[in-house]
Amino acid sequence: MSDDERGLGFMLLIVLGGLIFGFGLGLSNMARPEVVIDFLQFDDFGLVFVMGGAAVVTGTVFALAEAFGDRAPLTGTNYGRRLKSFDKNVVVGGVIFGAGWGISGICPGAAYASLGVGNYPILIAIGGMFVGAYLQGLWRARRAESAARGTSAD
Amino acid sequence: MSGLTPLLVDSLFPNGIAHYALGGLLIGLGTAIIYLGTGIIAGASTFLESTLSYVSDLPRFNKTKYVTSRDWRVVFTLSIVAGAAIYTVTLGDGWWVSEVQPWRFAVGGVLVGIGTRIGKGCTSGHGVCGVGSRSRTSFVNVATFMLVAIGVAQLLQALGVSP
Repeated sequence: MSDDERGLGFMLLIVLGGLIFGFGLGLSNMARPEVVIDFLQFDDFGLVFVMGGAAVVTGTVFALAEAFGDRAPLTGTNYGRRLKSFDKNVVVGGVIFGAGWGISGICPGAAYASLGVGNYPILIAIGGMFVGAYLQGLWRARRAESAARGTSAD
Repeated sequence: MSGLTPLLVDSLFPNGIAHYALGGLLIGLGTAIIYLGTGIIAGASTFLESTLSYVSDLPRFNKTKYVTSRDWRVVFTLSIVAGAAIYTVTLGDGWWVSEVQPWRFAVGGVLVGIGTRIGKGCTSGHGVCGVGSRSRTSFVNVATFMLVAIGVAQLLQALGVSP
């Protein structure tokens, strides 16, 4: 199903979910890079409750939907575990993301929310994220090209 | 016991835990209602690549799953910004600007952009949704980025970088 085929109800739910998600990031102070850095430096362990609290809610709702639900009403999609496959990229990406998170104290969702609390310098980080996402896309394209030509892939 | 426990709690959580836990529950709730209505697991970092499909011809960004979801992902992201703004003007204590040095945002941002896309997700996709789904892939990813981030942040602190 593409964006064009989805109705108004779909978009309104996305808006509602995004508003609650962003409100929660503001309330939890995770939209403040200083708070994340304090956590990573072991000065304040409160962030455990942010991620733990969020995972408890999603874990409960996902499990209930899978056990008792059938299809999502707005898309007809079956509820079911959609697990991402494991390969070395999961670890390599985790290391690179972790380095970036440790340097900046910011991750994608919290960066968007950070803009909402007035933290305009975060635009540097969001711009950086687009540059990073573009660079890995470019690198993957180059690698696929050289593999297709039969030359060394790495 | 009665004297030690509050002391320990105070030193581990100098700012209390209530707003952290409540905020976390709301983050989970926002993700959960989108899943219940649509079956979609809404991570925040896919927006980076799906939005690049508006301006780039690279096949990586023009995969069907990105092109067919890019509009609602823009709406989702703008709603996250708006939700945080609503918090700020209602319960919050006013607009707030970080004092973290800009180079940390620039360098960290680029690495976050590369790492979340290579690693198939970020703090919301792997951390909140994946862990909630008891996904082994997500547990490995979260443990990896958490350990590396702690090491890097403490290294910067030891080098005197602040804030």
